[in-house]
Amino acid sequence: MDILFLLIPLSVILALGVMAMLAWAVWSGQFEDVDQEAQRIFQDEKLQSATSSGNSISDSDSSKA
Amino acid sequence: MSAVLSNHALRAPPKVWAASQATVYNDKIVRQFSVMAIVWGVVSMLVGVFIAAQMAWPELNFGIAWLSFGRLRPLHTNAAIFAFGGCALFATSYYVVQRTCQVRIISDKLAAFHFWGWQAVILAAAISLPMGYTRGKEYAELEWPIAILIALTWVAYAIVFFGTIGLRKVRHIYVANWFYGAFILAVAMLHIVNAAVVPAGWMKSYSVYAGVQDAMVQWWYGHNAVGFLLTAGFLGIVYYFIPKQAERPVYSYRLSIVHFWALIFTYMWAGPHHLHYTALPDWTQSLGVVFSLILLAPSWGGMINGVMTLSGAWHKLRDDPIIRFMIVALSFYGIATFEGPMLSIKTVNALSHYTDWNIAHVHGGTLGWVGFISMGALYFLFPRLYAQTKMHSFKAIELHFWIATVGIVFYIAAMWIAGVMQGLMWRAINPDGSLTYTFVESVKATYPFYVVRFFGGILYLTGMVIMAWNVFMTVRAGKPYDAKIPAAMAYA
Repeated sequence: MDILFLLIPLSVILALGVMAMLAWAVWSGQFEDVDQEAQRIFQDEKLQSATSSGNSISDSDSSKA
Repeated sequence: MSAVLSNHALRAPPKVWAASQATVYNDKIVRQFSVMAIVWGVVSMLVGVFIAAQMAWPELNFGIAWLSFGRLRPLHTNAAIFAFGGCALFATSYYVVQRTCQVRIISDKLAAFHFWGWQAVILAAAISLPMGYTRGKEYAELEWPIAILIALTWVAYAIVFFGTIGLRKVRHIYVANWFYGAFILAVAMLHIVNAAVVPAGWMKSYSVYAGVQDAMVQWWYGHNAVGFLLTAGFLGIVYYFIPKQAERPVYSYRLSIVHFWALIFTYMWAGPHHLHYTALPDWTQSLGVVFSLILLAPSWGGMINGVMTLSGAWHKLRDDPIIRFMIVALSFYGIATFEGPMLSIKTVNALSHYTDWNIAHVHGGTLGWVGFISMGALYFLFPRLYAQTKMHSFKAIELHFWIATVGIVFYIAAMWIAGVMQGLMWRAINPDGSLTYTFVESVKATYPFYVVRFFGGILYLTGMVIMAWNVFMTVRAGKPYDAKIPAAMAYA
């Protein structure tokens, strides 16, 4: 099973890469205020409907969230 | 929830890029991929229904090699996974990455190359597969010149996606983007490793790996394609489009982060479960089982997180067929991700392997999970992409949902029963040690279930045609619309 000498190191490198990304995400403050981040995808529409002149699709009001 | 965003959440975009100066999103690329997702959805399901009919009535190949099951089956799988599923993923990922990063994609030209390159790949598949050109690897049949074109378009896609994230005006990278990003990187690596061949002419090649080594690479690729394309990519859809359609934030954003990292860390080694009881070393098979069982945890964590997003607003399940598509998709995701680890256990696999149980399992995942979540997201997208407030016909969405759901139930139930029956017939032994049934007896016994499966497939296809009509009417009534990038969000 020589192929495992390719596939296992590949998986290990991948796992190390994933760990590096996770470390970056944690230390750079990606997860500092996650509750606000969950809300943000509704925020842009509110702002958009406030800034554009009625051309935008009236998506929904997310204010009740 | 504070309406005011704190300043540290915003981020200065690099000024050199034209994209960071744009006032509207590039929704043209989203429209292109969305429309083609519908087209390829109809085509792939039509081919699927045709070959399902051939299983029941083999004379339907009319003696024409181009119409034979062995050539059309890879056409069906490639069209369903890479043409329909792929276009749905590309459309939604371009839509999501722009909105969550509050910036236009980094390059319109590269995105256009991605679109036209991908359509060329699909066209090449639609021609070369019926002609019999194949590498003989499941889900990786396309010959090497086409595989190179896939790699090129994929690089363009990766540059556009990650480049856009690099330009983002919002510091936080929304969880859906992590799922899309993992899907893009993993598929690139899988494709390159599994497509390593020695060409022997323009449409002929030999794998650089031999025998069981090749089988191991193939199923390392095959299962991870399921994990990163058909799972991670579509979970990106879940985490953006379910909250948007439900008008509620995801049930637990923390859980979504844990879900992502847990899934990514544990997925890579489930592949050997496709090679139970083969020449693959026993310990490698067992490793595959262990990782497959571990996967149940992150999968169900994600499913529960998605479904619970509706908590407190369950009435939407009754009132809104689009949210129903999405939540039922998650239910099928839950079924398939429970069934998968179970099938990977060697004693269960001894019964299920090579039977139609696998066909039931795969189609629970594709028709139920991938199909429904894509349809839900596309129903969400089309009105917004064509300056409409809603789809042309609400009733048609309802009809589509019920026809498709009933179709799946017929399809899966028929294949479940057929699969277990085949497994039991094949292993039945007389007291003297001889086999109780010949193989052809099991084929004969399966006939009625093939007919039921064909009927289920017809229903599912009918639902897709209804959707195509609804989309056509919506597009015709509207006009292409590029959403404005919210100015108030821009970095001041």
